[in-house]
Amino acid sequence: MAAFIPPPLPSDDKRWKIVNGTMRKNGFARHALIETLHTVQSAFGYLDDDSIRFVARSLRVPLSQAYGVVTFYHYFSLKPPGKHTVTICAGTACYIKGSDKLVAAAEKRLGIPQGQTTKDGQISLMTARCVGACSRAPVVLSDGEVMGEMAVEHMLEQLERWAVE
Amino acid sequence: MTIEELEQIAKSVSQENAKYDFEVNVCMDLACMSQGSDRLREALEKAANATGANVLVRRTGCMGPCSSGPLVRVDPEEILYHHVNADHAEAIVASLGGTPVPDLQCDLNEHFDRQVRVVLENAGHIDPEKIDDYISRDGYKALLTALTEMTPSGVIHRITESGLRGRGGGGYPTGLKWGTVAKAGGDLKYVVCNGDEGDPGAFMDRSVMEGDPHRVIEGMALAAYAVGASKGYIYVRAEYPVAVSRLTTAIREARRRGLLGNSICNTPFNFDVEIRLGAGAFVCGEETALLASIEGRRGAPRTRPPYPAVSGLWGKPTLLNNVETYANIAPIIRNGGKWFADMGSERSKGTKVFALTGKITNTGLVEVPMGIKLREIIEVIGGGVPGGHTFKAVQTGGPSGGCIPAEMLDLGVSYDALMAVGSIMGSGGMIVMDDTSCMVNVAKFFVDFCRSESCGKCVPCRAGTAQMFTLLTRICDGSGTMDDLELLVSLCETIKETSLCGLGMTAPNPVLSTIKYFKNEYIEHIVHKRCPAGVCNMEAPAAVGVPNEVLA
Repeated sequence: MAAFIPPPLPSDDKRWKIVNGTMRKNGFARHALIETLHTVQSAFGYLDDDSIRFVARSLRVPLSQAYGVVTFYHYFSLKPPGKHTVTICAGTACYIKGSDKLVAAAEKRLGIPQGQTTKDGQISLMTARCVGACSRAPVVLSDGEVMGEMAVEHMLEQLERWAVE
Repeated sequence: MTIEELEQIAKSVSQENAKYDFEVNVCMDLACMSQGSDRLREALEKAANATGANVLVRRTGCMGPCSSGPLVRVDPEEILYHHVNADHAEAIVASLGGTPVPDLQCDLNEHFDRQVRVVLENAGHIDPEKIDDYISRDGYKALLTALTEMTPSGVIHRITESGLRGRGGGGYPTGLKWGTVAKAGGDLKYVVCNGDEGDPGAFMDRSVMEGDPHRVIEGMALAAYAVGASKGYIYVRAEYPVAVSRLTTAIREARRRGLLGNSICNTPFNFDVEIRLGAGAFVCGEETALLASIEGRRGAPRTRPPYPAVSGLWGKPTLLNNVETYANIAPIIRNGGKWFADMGSERSKGTKVFALTGKITNTGLVEVPMGIKLREIIEVIGGGVPGGHTFKAVQTGGPSGGCIPAEMLDLGVSYDALMAVGSIMGSGGMIVMDDTSCMVNVAKFFVDFCRSESCGKCVPCRAGTAQMFTLLTRICDGSGTMDDLELLVSLCETIKETSLCGLGMTAPNPVLSTIKYFKNEYIEHIVHKRCPAGVCNMEAPAAVGVPNEVLA
């Protein structure tokens, strides 16, 4: 059997080298699929068709399987995130402390349902299953920074600041 | 690394610590960090340097009562300060050796006195990124003792003797599981740690991985020695970046010290650990789904048998335990099985860590002996329900558990007792609800969660959770009938009995337990079109399209 030659990098973008590094570290083994997709998402912010194709080909995984994995796991995103991201935790403790009101207020203010980005690409509104900061519920991640005991007004102020940037 | 070398390190750490007059421990767990404990630590260091005081400022893992954060403990006096911010740093440093700062001092004696700390014994005392700190508190002693003085079957015997049961929720006897993997044939076996804490509202495993990562690694190494494995995987949620980075550091340090790798402690035992990231799927907490995910596939469960103990990762015998189970191993090996078995109740031994959250005064992590009454946890340790509200229910076991009403608070916490009242122990989430929570809406919340987390492989779970959600939505918006309620109960029984994996089998629990204990709320919704807690909006028109679109 001829030795496997991985496909060339899609472009000169240096981030592809990081992605390739993860695959090489795992010996281009098929089970490195999720690890590699994590690397792609942290480098590019999301997964697009080209990157999924490249990873699938490099790891010799059927494209259907790679796409299946990407869509199965909530953590992977197929759309580019906005400039800022507000993530509202929807875990049980946060729900008991009224996170549904936060979601409703943010949806109303931004005019988009959860999981979407505003048309100007400024703000993404996401919900998380649980970030593990339940003791400070309700929790909002403001560009990844954990903010506990969040009040609706406080969150709206933050959205206001981002919107006019 | 030998035992002598280990003792040498422990000695040098204590000598080093003895140089300082005071130790100021700052909690750097996620909850305290989100309130600026990182800035506080810098300020304390700066203040200590400025005054020339002989002080060691140490970052530690979770101290427990997160609602009082950021927390600072001054040793050796053991003074605990709460709600500390960077502005208080100078006052704290100035008070060292004198009278404590009165405004910041907190009285949580009742909170701590009822607790017994085994898993959390190091939490708040060591720097999680320093292996030497862990070694100085008897870390890795159990591993090296086992390698040099005990046989693998001796280790299993001790775990069996301790009566430890799986802390992930199932409660399967740990010794029995280890014995099965040890007996399985083949020279290649795996040890896997389940750190996919999917239960929304629980964070015990995160705190252990962040606050004391070496304890998990040592437990896994002991397990690997006992069952004859040489490779381990820790499966951690990607939503826990701090846990991932602390574990990565811990693994690197352990390798550097020769506590992971080849010929550990000059014995033929080889063991190494790798981290695998989860990607946000609740079902991956189920063992066969977790293994599929480590193999890089979709996290869909498969039928058992064969159990992972016989055919797991890549078809090899695999031992799979939860983070907290592994965290219990080293103390059991050190102190003996009987020591552990003396704690707890008849059939549930040892202690259990709970994440106490919701409508309760002292939210945070608590570790209590099994058999303790729920009332004690909630009213004494937790400090009761705040704001003049009345307690309504406590939810254990997350989306797989049930709601326990006020009349049953005198129940002793154990696997069997919780199961008997229609809930489960679960991984340790404990969410307190007061009179502002609508139990029908709570049931709907959990069913909605299970519906979106169902992997879709088996019909009862995929279609059943969607139908449960439709019925509950109808009841919540006021269009439900008593026939719907009857249908809901019989649907629950069907899902329970016919689902493929634990997710489906336990998804009806929140519904059944709320119907059992809070039936009057369901009837209020259906007959009187009224939500007693004022949560459900009865005037809104029935949601169009949503409930009916997902079907088999």
